[in-house]
Amino acid sequence: MTDIFKLLRGTPEDPDYKKKGVIVQGITGAYGSLHAKNMIAYGTNIVAGVTPGKGGQKFEDKVPIYNTVKEAVDATGAKISIVFVPAKFFLGAAKEALEAGIKLLVAIPEHIPVRDTMEVLDLANKKGSVIIGPNTPGIMIPELIKIGIMPPTPFKAGKIAVLSKSGTLLYEISDALTNAGFGQSITIGIGGDPINGTRMIDAFEMVKDIPDLEGLVVVGEIGGDSEEILAQRIIDIGFKKPTVAYIAGRAAPKEKRMGHAGAIVMGTYGSAESKVSMFNKANIPVAKRPSQVPVLLAGKMQQSD
Amino acid sequence: MRLLEFQAKELFREYGINLLPSKASTTIEEGRKHAKELGYPFVIKIQVPVGGRGKAGGIQKCQNDDELELKYPQVLGLTIKGEKARAILLEKMADIKKELYLSLFLNRSKRCYTVIASPDGGVEIESVKNQIIKEVGLGNVSEQVAREVAKEMKLEGRSVDDFVEILQKLAKLTVEKEAELAEINPLAIMQDGSMMALDGKFVTDDNSNFRHDELQKYQEKTEIEERAEKSGFSLVELDGDIAVVGNGAGLVMSTLDMLSDNGGKPACFLDVGGGATTESVYEALTLISKMNRVKGILVNLYGGIVKTTVVAEAFLKAYDDKLINLPVFARLKGTESEKAKEMLKESRTKIYDSVEEAINAAVMGIKK
Repeated sequence: MTDIFKLLRGTPEDPDYKKKGVIVQGITGAYGSLHAKNMIAYGTNIVAGVTPGKGGQKFEDKVPIYNTVKEAVDATGAKISIVFVPAKFFLGAAKEALEAGIKLLVAIPEHIPVRDTMEVLDLANKKGSVIIGPNTPGIMIPELIKIGIMPPTPFKAGKIAVLSKSGTLLYEISDALTNAGFGQSITIGIGGDPINGTRMIDAFEMVKDIPDLEGLVVVGEIGGDSEEILAQRIIDIGFKKPTVAYIAGRAAPKEKRMGHAGAIVMGTYGSAESKVSMFNKANIPVAKRPSQVPVLLAGKMQQSD
Repeated sequence: MRLLEFQAKELFREYGINLLPSKASTTIEEGRKHAKELGYPFVIKIQVPVGGRGKAGGIQKCQNDDELELKYPQVLGLTIKGEKARAILLEKMADIKKELYLSLFLNRSKRCYTVIASPDGGVEIESVKNQIIKEVGLGNVSEQVAREVAKEMKLEGRSVDDFVEILQKLAKLTVEKEAELAEINPLAIMQDGSMMALDGKFVTDDNSNFRHDELQKYQEKTEIEERAEKSGFSLVELDGDIAVVGNGAGLVMSTLDMLSDNGGKPACFLDVGGGATTESVYEALTLISKMNRVKGILVNLYGGIVKTTVVAEAFLKAYDDKLINLPVFARLKGTESEKAKEMLKESRTKIYDSVEEAINAAVMGIKK
């Protein structure tokens, strides 16, 4: 299993402990440059940018830009990359990164064809790399490293892990958690696409053994069955940490794509009822609205005291 | 996008999957012409993008001219699960020996394509018994795998070869057109021993549209939906009276849920995306202004990166331009939200601190 903390933070003997280098693919685009700046401001160690044809230039007079990921990796030794290229260029950009030795690839773009994602995952499997996304807000250890597009204000360092398909709901619910005194040890954006590089269940495996983990919050939405599979896994291994879920899309009509490519109910496959009933089976309360999440979490914690 | 039966069958025909003779039309004049070409008896099938057509009376046998004159307009006038008829398919009557089930679908949790087949087809997939399930990676099905499926279905004689051929063709079609689902239900063995696709369901990956110009003729979008797409919004029209606008699909879905929980009826789902600007929100209000059923607008913006003041500017401009004259119930959270509140103080847009308050106010406000 991937040790995500080792990738994001490293171990104390690493020279770059707690300042792992990150490459930004598409750093000169409007979106890429905005978020590269925001990540730098948050304290993420952005060591290089990649934009074909702009090699040799510097981003913000500081960060060197390379023509290829390989050059960036060779020069910096970075193992992490975040991708901001338009959807139709994602396949090429991601393959290039994986071939160059990137071990953690955060795929921000939306509207990537499923086939391209599957091809990238196939290669990532062979290379032993982790993909977060696509269509994800990213991944972060609050107050240490942010690899994504999330605003900083909702998040605070702490001991709750948050897994979310949606970006804005991740912000909304983390904000509510923070205000209630629940900081986050890590937040992982699963993404809103039908096929996810890191599924709910994979993200759960990444966080379930965090030594001082005090709780888990799962933010799901209609479509697919990743929430059901996660709930089953929680039952199977007897995971005991206080866990609360939220599912968006209860009122959505069937067979309509609700904004996210993956948010669609086909027949009963992907319905909110199916997810809620599986969470109930796993004794995980499901919040009716985002603001209820910290309340239910506090309740769960009292029960386990 | 989800293709209609006759559109799916056009693709099936192109890929050499056996079909009964059929003709699609939208008027009885065309229908009469097709009836002559096909000859009686045939079946009149409504073309709607939902299942359950048979039960709703959307599939009728037709034996002669008199029945055509009676039933064609009847079926064309049906609305099934809120969907009006897009067309009518006249299809020759079949002499069926046995109904099978066959589909290829994108298995999201396994992250691969899956073949589902069954010797007991003709009912909805949820009720299909004896399902044979095979994972097939990126969707290509080798002859060996196809034969294994045929064997597990206990097919015999000629049916084995026919099935293998159809499965491989369906897989090729799925891969080449980037489908999320390609379903033949029923796949029928006829009295003469041949095998045919009697129905077809085909759902493609919208994100791959840019590689499939040839499929765009099947695109079915209202003018409003088209404009929304051009602006980078996601829009789903619903039949209530409160338009729901927000940033991020999850947040808008969540707002829809809470509104419904409180007895409100959403008129639409409108996600303006993460990068909301004055222009994009103004465009969103323009789209809403074209929906006559809307009596109020519920706005839920979690502006992390989005400045809520740019949203406020859009509302002010919309009132100034007399684009909208509707009450707006807004929850704007994020950067500069205090300033945004100040800007909107004198307008018909009321700002609330929590989404719950905004929803309550919207539900009460609409009732008045």
